[in-house]
Amino acid sequence: MKTLLVLGAGTAGTMIAKKMASKLDKNQWKVILVDKDTKHYYQPGFLFVPFGKYEEKHVIKNNRQYIPAGIEYVISNIELIEPDANQVRLTLDNRVIKYDYLIVATGCDIHPEETEGLKGEGWRKNIFDFYTYDGAAALRKFLDRWEGGRMVVNVVENPIKCPVAPLEFLFLADWVFTQRGIRNKVELVYATPLPGAFTKPKASAALGALLARKNIQIEADYNIGEVDPVNNVIKSYDEREVPYDLLVSIPTNKGSDLIKRSGMGDALNFIPTDKHTLQSTKWQNVWVTGDATNIPASKAGATIHFQMETVVENMLAHIHGKEMHSKFDGHATCYIETGFNKATLIDFSYDQEPLPGMYPMPLVGPFTLLGESTINHIGKLAFRYLYWDLMMRGIEVPLPSQFSMAGKKK
Amino acid sequence: MATKKVKGVAYEVNDEGFLVDPTTWTKEYAVEAAKEEGLEELTETHWKVIDFARQSAATAGGASPTLRTITDGAAITTKDLFALFPKGPAKKVAKIAGLKKPEGCV
Repeated sequence: MKTLLVLGAGTAGTMIAKKMASKLDKNQWKVILVDKDTKHYYQPGFLFVPFGKYEEKHVIKNNRQYIPAGIEYVISNIELIEPDANQVRLTLDNRVIKYDYLIVATGCDIHPEETEGLKGEGWRKNIFDFYTYDGAAALRKFLDRWEGGRMVVNVVENPIKCPVAPLEFLFLADWVFTQRGIRNKVELVYATPLPGAFTKPKASAALGALLARKNIQIEADYNIGEVDPVNNVIKSYDEREVPYDLLVSIPTNKGSDLIKRSGMGDALNFIPTDKHTLQSTKWQNVWVTGDATNIPASKAGATIHFQMETVVENMLAHIHGKEMHSKFDGHATCYIETGFNKATLIDFSYDQEPLPGMYPMPLVGPFTLLGESTINHIGKLAFRYLYWDLMMRGIEVPLPSQFSMAGKKK
Repeated sequence: MATKKVKGVAYEVNDEGFLVDPTTWTKEYAVEAAKEEGLEELTETHWKVIDFARQSAATAGGASPTLRTITDGAAITTKDLFALFPKGPAKKVAKIAGLKKPEGCV
């Protein structure tokens, strides 16, 4: 028997383990999936938690129901990956798993301790994150009682999971505070290390215009150096001080400490990965997917969905000694909530910046690229059902993996 | 594409002002590119960072180093790096060192 070992049962690990298990000969292959617990998070839903729109039951489910009987599902922490010896050490019973092929899908997480003062006395008092369920739930409690003031949303450094979520958070805040009748008492500020609302010119201009229209101030090229939680002010490396009453931080994102312990990562514990084949650049029988890679694509569920085909096809080709043909093109699709029951949408790849137009079908859409619409918002909300009921159950979501220029206007 | 002339030598640069071919880079080019980025003089520490960035890119398939790669590899604090190359150090270093624009996620 040969072994395919998958580390991490999040969006990437769960989907790919299932897909591979369905393609490999059961008489020859055993698929093992390891994670530290059975909680599965619908992470895009965390955005809605602080505003009371989603509850715990919408975003956390037991992962057991999504894992078929043919996969050995092991709940354990992982001590070490030893890729030169083709084995992984678990903490549970000191088990050592030898593998023939390995998929690393251990994700990334926030690290507020990387910024001086961020995890100090203001943490979870008037400084919050919303990239963890606990952070989002704590922020909801705070916002339920908040009567207004100056809210600063700050991205510490890139890359981050879901680069558009901070913008969505601001758009939703503008909407919810308007509904609550306190918008005139709230100042909204976006402090970002980027030179504008976004990196690429067309999306940056469109999203920048939305920020302006919603009276959200932008503090661009802002690289935070420290938080002063006593005086409620953040300071950048170039000495710009931005005061806050409420700081919503997107702390440094890093890959798992496991990657660091195993000597497999870069400075942020992301694993050097071929951006087209998704194979490790160092180990031939190791594939890396989802947020764990260092590829210059968005760290987002949609990206993982588009990566899956490449990982599965290339790995099968490699196993069967064939040439790898599948090339991931960096395709990402993001619904961006803009508040007031509307959303906009961007669709892009390594080579093509987000453009206006219609998606997925030219002229018909139904979704509008870089334009606000109610149908986009419905698409965003529908995604939660798509995620739990299609993606996690291994049913194909009818969106093409390869990026296409059809319907887009240059 | 455009060309930039420095002391009689023409360098091919892209629309955003990044050198197209890193092997055409010279120290004279760096001095001129730095001036365009508002740096009138390149000190020894500036050069230490620029040299490190070029070495790092050479071993990383041409990819420009991230801010963290620079602070870890060139043994310099983030604060000092921002003082040397104000605002976006990773991007400025790449431009001056004749490397590609650092790859972002979007």
